[in-house]
Amino acid sequence: MVVEDKFYNLIFAIFILQFREHDMEKLFFLTFAAIAVISALAVVSVRNPVHSAIALIVCLFQVAAVFILLRSPFLAAVQVFIYVGAVMVLFLFVIMMLDIKRAVITSFLPSGRFWIIALLLLLIGEIVFTLADSKLVDIQMAQASLDGTVMEIGKAMFSTYLLPFEIVSVILLVALMAAIVMGRKEIK
Amino acid sequence: MIPLSWYIILSSTLFIIGIAGILLRRNLLIILMSLELILNSVNINLVAFSYFLQDIRGQMFAIFVITVAAAEVAVALSILVALVRNRATVTVDDMNIMKG
Repeated sequence: MVVEDKFYNLIFAIFILQFREHDMEKLFFLTFAAIAVISALAVVSVRNPVHSAIALIVCLFQVAAVFILLRSPFLAAVQVFIYVGAVMVLFLFVIMMLDIKRAVITSFLPSGRFWIIALLLLLIGEIVFTLADSKLVDIQMAQASLDGTVMEIGKAMFSTYLLPFEIVSVILLVALMAAIVMGRKEIK
Repeated sequence: MIPLSWYIILSSTLFIIGIAGILLRRNLLIILMSLELILNSVNINLVAFSYFLQDIRGQMFAIFVITVAAAEVAVALSILVALVRNRATVTVDDMNIMKG
């Protein structure tokens, strides 16, 4: 019994150590990527738009986790706040405002649309071909000079990228006004 | 250390799924969600290259993409609400009033 316990402890320790050494990150990445791809498939294949929106929320969380693996925690926070907190809540509100019984049940994959499948296969083939041929795919990491802190992003945003920042704020204002105008009871 | 190609494969997979959603579904809400999926796959690509080249520009671009996507969703959903109020449909095949 004791020998067995020691044996299992040893196996466990070897397993954990190996993953801690270099594969733990890969394990996390594979988990996040698998959940993201599965929930993305659910987004496009589920019939009910509410289920689809919830699957999209799961997918966006996984993308935020991938951002953390890429050492950009600020972007992960922005992803969770804006996408999950604002955009998807807006989606769910609109879905629930609409008449769900009449509007939801739509047929998936209408017949006689073989050209769509052909186009998709062409796109997949093109992407695979381009990636297999590209030299950028296996570049090594550059000399570490980026911390990914908020301070760096803030300095860049308010010095180098000040003009795009202002333009984006104008775009947000215009979108706000457009949403108010379109959402009025009657459009004159 | 995760190789860059893994991130690129993940983002291309999400991109293809999003394109498939846009082409195959007829529900306008699902099409907008597939659009979000595509924008997210592009963001993964941008941030991955930003990390591997140690360049802040990719992250800045991703932040601007997120902002513009939020504005786009607000406008698109308000148009959708106005459309449903007038025509009572969310299927793109029924939206042919402009003979496009």
